[in-house]
Amino acid sequence: MNLFVDALNWILDPANYVGPGGIPVRLIEHLGFTLVAVSLAALIAVPIGFLIGHTGRGRGLAVAVSGGLRAIPTLGLLTLVALWVGIGLGAPYVALTILAIPPILAGAYSGFEVIDRAVIDSARSVGMSEAQIVRTVEVPLGLPLLIAGIRSATLQVVATATLAAYVADFGLGRFLFAGLKTRDYAEMLGGSLLVILLALTLEGIFTVVQRLVVPRGVAAGRPPVDRSRSARPGPGMDPAITKGTH
Amino acid sequence: MTWIWSNLDLLWDRTLDHLVLSVPPILLSFLFAVPLGWLANRYRLSRGVILTASGLLYAIPSLPLFFVIPAVVGTSLRSPLNLIIALTLYGVALMVRVVADGLASVDKDVRQSAVAVGYSGWSIFWQVELPMAGPVLLAGLRVVAVSTVSLATVGAVIGAQSLGSLFTDGFQRGIQAEIIAGIVLTVALALLLDGALVLLGRILLPWTLLAAAGRRALRVARAAEVSA
Repeated sequence: MNLFVDALNWILDPANYVGPGGIPVRLIEHLGFTLVAVSLAALIAVPIGFLIGHTGRGRGLAVAVSGGLRAIPTLGLLTLVALWVGIGLGAPYVALTILAIPPILAGAYSGFEVIDRAVIDSARSVGMSEAQIVRTVEVPLGLPLLIAGIRSATLQVVATATLAAYVADFGLGRFLFAGLKTRDYAEMLGGSLLVILLALTLEGIFTVVQRLVVPRGVAAGRPPVDRSRSARPGPGMDPAITKGTH
Repeated sequence: MTWIWSNLDLLWDRTLDHLVLSVPPILLSFLFAVPLGWLANRYRLSRGVILTASGLLYAIPSLPLFFVIPAVVGTSLRSPLNLIIALTLYGVALMVRVVADGLASVDKDVRQSAVAVGYSGWSIFWQVELPMAGPVLLAGLRVVAVSTVSLATVGAVIGAQSLGSLFTDGFQRGIQAEIIAGIVLTVALALLLDGALVLLGRILLPWTLLAAAGRRALRVARAAEVSA
């Protein structure tokens, strides 16, 4: 437990809060990087995911590509891209944007897929255009799963951004590697605890957001969970959305 | 390519290191997840506690966890044991949910029939619920296998030898072939373990093949009906 006391002392040491290598700057770097990488991935994945979800075409291909991307070890992709583009932020941006695409893509199209077909058919039969169906029916109803995908991608990027400090001088991961180099366990552990705290905080925020985005009518009409009946795994369990490599 | 041919021994050694790191967590996570998942499925209170805990555990990034475990357990940072513990924790976190959902997916009528013909609670679990949840458990274990193989490479940055060492070494020495070889071998190992699990599933759960064939036959029959 002594080790944790040392780590806490390191976290609370005011000397670690100043300068370009201080905790606040590293934290902002880490968060900013995550925001940009996840936004870039969403910009690519959401339209494609909506298209797949709406037309029902290309799902097999998307699953195959996502599965293939997921099997690639993050560290391998990071170091390989870093060799190509050089040390700096370029490699982490490319590698982590690629890694964040599969969960968001899966969230986008499976959000559309879990919608009752009858709902969409009724929308069509009352004369809605395809664009209206997407905008007013499919997107709101599919939103919880899309957010689940973005949550998974965000956590994955936050985790991997730590690893990316291996090839670039940024983020909270620097404390881990700096401590490793100087054999300063308090710094390694303190940095680790900060990353864990950040990840759990984001997880908490997303849990709240995910609840908020369930359309009111859907939340009201949801049948109470009957534990005696055979339940089937909820759509959120789709490992394509929830499973990420850290 | 020449680098690969002249370093086949190294590649083989790292692959073996990687197997030692990744196979025990896959097996252990299944062993731990079955009782925990059962408990999560059985009582409302334990469900909340276990599923929340596993969800939070899964949200913890791997690299920081590798640093925290030695402080808790007292293992050395670079020891394979440290990594095996961390990877097992992730595997359990992922698998517990799958086990709970798998057990919950067993049809209530089937369970009641088992009670009616005189099965005890213990034998219902082993002879009815667990086998019927089998396909779901297998699917979960396959995800655990692939993610464990991929995650095990991360240990290389703290000096634990694995296929990931090919990434760190290749990066530091600027050998692209070494990194690519590492990626290919990691993916291949993941596919190999995944394939092994599928095979195991066919042996242990032979009825799922029959069911799939049955569904296919039904589809064909329906299609014929429609076109007729």
